[in-house]
Amino acid sequence: MQGLLRYFRRNLSLVVGSAMLLFLLAFIVIGHFIVDVEDARALSVRPLQPPSWRYPFGTDRQGRDLLAVMVAGTPLTLQIGFIAGILGVGIGTVLAFVAAYYRGWADTIIRGIADIGLTVPGLLVLIIIAVGIPGGLSVNQMALVVASLAWLNPTRTIRAQVLSLRERGYVEIARMSGMSGPAIIVLELMPNLLPYLAATLVNAVSGAILASIGLEVLGLGPIDAPTLGMTLYWVNFNAAMINGWWWWWLAPTTIIVLVFLGLFFVTVGLDEYANPRLRRSA
Amino acid sequence: MHLIDILRRCGVFVLIVWLAASLNFFLPKLSGQDPVRTKLLQQAQLGGYVQQGIDEMVKVYETRFGLDRPLWQQYLSYLGDVVRGDFNFSIANYPRTVWDMIAESIPWTVGLLGMTTLLSFVIGTILGALLAWPRAPRWMAWLMPPLWALHAIPFFLLGLILMYLLAFQVQWLPIFGGYSMGAVPSLSVAFVLDIIRHATLPALSIILVAVGGWALSMRGMMVTTMGEDYVVFAEGKGLRSLTIFSRYCLRNAILPQITALALALGQILSGAVLVEVIFGYPGIGTLLYQAIRENDHFLIQGIVFTVIVSLGLATLLLDLVYPLLDPRISYRRT
Repeated sequence: MQGLLRYFRRNLSLVVGSAMLLFLLAFIVIGHFIVDVEDARALSVRPLQPPSWRYPFGTDRQGRDLLAVMVAGTPLTLQIGFIAGILGVGIGTVLAFVAAYYRGWADTIIRGIADIGLTVPGLLVLIIIAVGIPGGLSVNQMALVVASLAWLNPTRTIRAQVLSLRERGYVEIARMSGMSGPAIIVLELMPNLLPYLAATLVNAVSGAILASIGLEVLGLGPIDAPTLGMTLYWVNFNAAMINGWWWWWLAPTTIIVLVFLGLFFVTVGLDEYANPRLRRSA
Repeated sequence: MHLIDILRRCGVFVLIVWLAASLNFFLPKLSGQDPVRTKLLQQAQLGGYVQQGIDEMVKVYETRFGLDRPLWQQYLSYLGDVVRGDFNFSIANYPRTVWDMIAESIPWTVGLLGMTTLLSFVIGTILGALLAWPRAPRWMAWLMPPLWALHAIPFFLLGLILMYLLAFQVQWLPIFGGYSMGAVPSLSVAFVLDIIRHATLPALSIILVAVGGWALSMRGMMVTTMGEDYVVFAEGKGLRSLTIFSRYCLRNAILPQITALALALGQILSGAVLVEVIFGYPGIGTLLYQAIRENDHFLIQGIVFTVIVSLGLATLLLDLVYPLLDPRISYRRT
């Protein structure tokens, strides 16, 4: 316990990042108790009220209570990010192991696709996919659309990591003592990669949230859902900035900044844990 | 550089062009229905003063991409169009061609994006190098935390905040558009200044975020490079510290930065699209936003294709220039 505390004192970014994410979690949970989530629908309350005791975050032009929108929408945005991120890292890990452990033509193809895919601006490909789906997207479809490109980066980075690991002595010994390929991957390589995989996952979640918010701001998101990105879409759609309705964009902007900062600091912290050599230079 | 390697790089570029075109062709068909036809028919039913033209488009579309023709024939005729640079007419703004509309907005995006990418790369790299340099001024260390924090925020969110502070509250800079309404585009000093004033906020929101990333990675590379034996040796020889800094450390540490730049172009562009939308900047991003709002499939496809191909070209150029910067890599066969 004391060792853990001492570690946290040294790895401040992990603490700061986790604190931010926990704060958001608390906001969502407590929020569900003190506000009626139904008020996140249009025409529930008086439109365009600045923040007051009754509506701490104000209300928007369509008559939504913005506090309710944030309480209901933040988990939806996180849900998109986590589904897409987990799918991306899952697929990416499998492909990376196949490519890096077995090499050969599989490696050439997988690496080629990942390298080319990464130079293409992802948002534009996602736009083409989203536009092709008739009748708008639901929150979960949105996550799948984002996941369709979310595996590229994990594949590339994990592959590089596996390539360096497979040359280590203990892998060599396992191979010489007759361990099978899959067994080496699961029993020898995986445990050593776990902290690194965790950092990759957090990174992928953050990237997926960014991509989903991008699609939503462009008007390709789930129109009825109160996600953070859709709120920003309405902000832009109604020109809230020029009209001086500052509270409308302030709430979603603050929460999105908290999400990204939290995820970023957690990644930095996990990186430090996964790769202690960073400690010297930090 | 070997001819074979140049050819291989060019081959990858051709592959990207082909993939982008195929993506445009097949993805809309995956849903089972043809959203392009649906939208075209809708527009034809709406009528209006361009009725004649839309009817014409429907007819041409049906004969070329109609269900009576096998898929591979449709595909080939689409590829033929793309090769000739023919992206059809815009559905929502009929008499105008897609290519016309793209050509009009490209200079804005290239100007904004080229400027901001170059500035943030140069500033970030120099900053990162100095941050790792022990003889740099002390106060520079205080720059790190804000740079880190800014780096984690999307471009357009910082854009929103800057817009509120600098354009809405104190009104130092214009809040919207690429030039003042009513200004006549010309090559006069006044108009150029007007453009720069309008570009400042979008540019600032990209640069402030991007500088942090380049500084972070450059600092990491510098720390590694400064530990190399040849740097220690150079110090032992008594070389001037400026020489060691620029010729021994900077020169070597900058190489991975350039590779990273080639990889990051796509991401930078994705982010810049949203910045343009937020600021109503008359570039490719805003055009795309309008195309999505109007369900203008031909325009969306044209934009996506053009952007992917131009970025592929930029990456290709960076790849070809790289051996000039790094004499160790001459694409020799090993």
